Amino acid sequence: MDFAPHAVTALMGPSGCGKTTLLRCLNRIHEILPKARVEGKVSLDGEDVYDSGISAIELRRRVGMVFQRANPFPTMSIAGNVTAGLLSDVPNSARAQIVEKALRGAALWDEVKDKLNQPGTSLSGGQQQRLCIARALAVEPEVLLMDEPTSSLDPISTASVEDLMESLAKEYTIVVVTHNMQQAARVSNYSAFMLSGEDGIGHLIEMSETRQMFTKPTDPRTEDYITGRFG
Amino acid sequence: MINKDVWDKNRGGRKTRSAIGVFLTGLCASLAALALLAVLGYVIYQGARAVNPAFLTQLPKPVGETGGGVANGIVGSLITVALATLIATPLGVLTGIFLALFGRGMVAESVRFLSDVLSGIPSIAIGLFAYTLLVAPFKHFSGVSASVAFAVLMLPLIIRTSEEAVRSVPQTIREGALALGMSVYRSTMQVIVPAARPAIITGLLLSIARVAGETAPLLFTAFGSPFWTVNPTQPMAQLPLQIFNYAISPYEDWHRQAWGGAMILILAVLVLNITARFVFAAPKNRQ
Repeated sequence: MDFAPHAVTALMGPSGCGKTTLLRCLNRIHEILPKARVEGKVSLDGEDVYDSGISAIELRRRVGMVFQRANPFPTMSIAGNVTAGLLSDVPNSARAQIVEKALRGAALWDEVKDKLNQPGTSLSGGQQQRLCIARALAVEPEVLLMDEPTSSLDPISTASVEDLMESLAKEYTIVVVTHNMQQAARVSNYSAFMLSGEDGIGHLIEMSETRQMFTKPTDPRTEDYITGRFG
Repeated sequence: MINKDVWDKNRGGRKTRSAIGVFLTGLCASLAALALLAVLGYVIYQGARAVNPAFLTQLPKPVGETGGGVANGIVGSLITVALATLIATPLGVLTGIFLALFGRGMVAESVRFLSDVLSGIPSIAIGLFAYTLLVAPFKHFSGVSASVAFAVLMLPLIIRTSEEAVRSVPQTIREGALALGMSVYRSTMQVIVPAARPAIITGLLLSIARVAGETAPLLFTAFGSPFWTVNPTQPMAQLPLQIFNYAISPYEDWHRQAWGGAMILILAVLVLNITARFVFAAPKNRQ
């Protein structure tokens, strides 16, 4: 499957079909689990990311990730969270600017600009999730992976994160996992539908422009899922 | 149809059985607390008569003279325990981090098992070990040999509590750090260990409290001394040893001083335990 640059691609499907697992293979974060292994190939700008010449650290700086539950670093301030991923050779003078840019990028700046030194965990759930997005943006990745970024948020916070995804898509390539079809329809340009087969292994059923998938799905299973007949 | 009996009376004796259960567990809890309070109360009652400024600042008086104090024992114990903490902390905390984050398979299991075995070894045996290692070859007792014995006693506790502390940092936090492109070293030192720090410090304080009152390993390591010694390569006065020697002596005045020493020791351990609780309770913003 191809992820179009500067667009939002949604991975959807019922629980257990491997959406998150697929996403986690894209930045090699699954490698921290013991016994994890990968078959196949993942390319970024034509380079195989599992090539031994590419370090996972380097890759993850180019492919940022936002998780299902906001996970701000508990001992760090808001500003500290944003700069956590920066390399140590970034001078202190540049950090304040990076913090502002990243927080503006995550639509959080106005809410937190007066309390940058307070703990990141003092924010509300939705704000914490946007802080995690800002943290990922500060490293200036090319791709942003989002694993059900709104599943633990209330509707208003969800709306603000969705708005954010739309504006971020102008600069970043976004891949978002969601089991919420309305969300996929609202935010994504392209969609992929996955389903786990009889063998327990997740399969890609179809992938197309979101508009087409929701109006004229080619596979009957996609249609069943989208129309709510199962899942 | 709802059976009307369900709503009234005793529900077939269940309420009675529940009441008996609550009463029995409550009774046992009270007895346990009472035993602790009785020890604490009696030691303070007896010890308060002995503790005065002179007791805290003076050296022991020779046999036959009344008065004197345990100042050298307090200082000696502080030095020995501080040295032991210096030895055991880096070893124990780093081992705990290793077990929690990187240790897999046989190596980690062996370390964990050995640490558990170590925590079950009687302290007197560990004292003998320190004697063989650091007293016998040098032909004299020393404070530092006691510190090594203490450090060995502290190790399993520190390893276990540090491992638990690091393990209790959610996996999502660790993934978040790595997903930012942090190296494993950096994510460990800047994100995971800081998040575990309060629990690690709590473990350290509890392990200090655990060894502060140990007497058996001191008998043939620090040995005790009636003089001022702040040099840990020499035999050193130790508060628990002074309590032991005074308590088995035939002199009324020394019995009084043994209670005084015991009270100081208990209060010190109590303060450590209470501090440990506060350290752990402090950061409310943990998820």
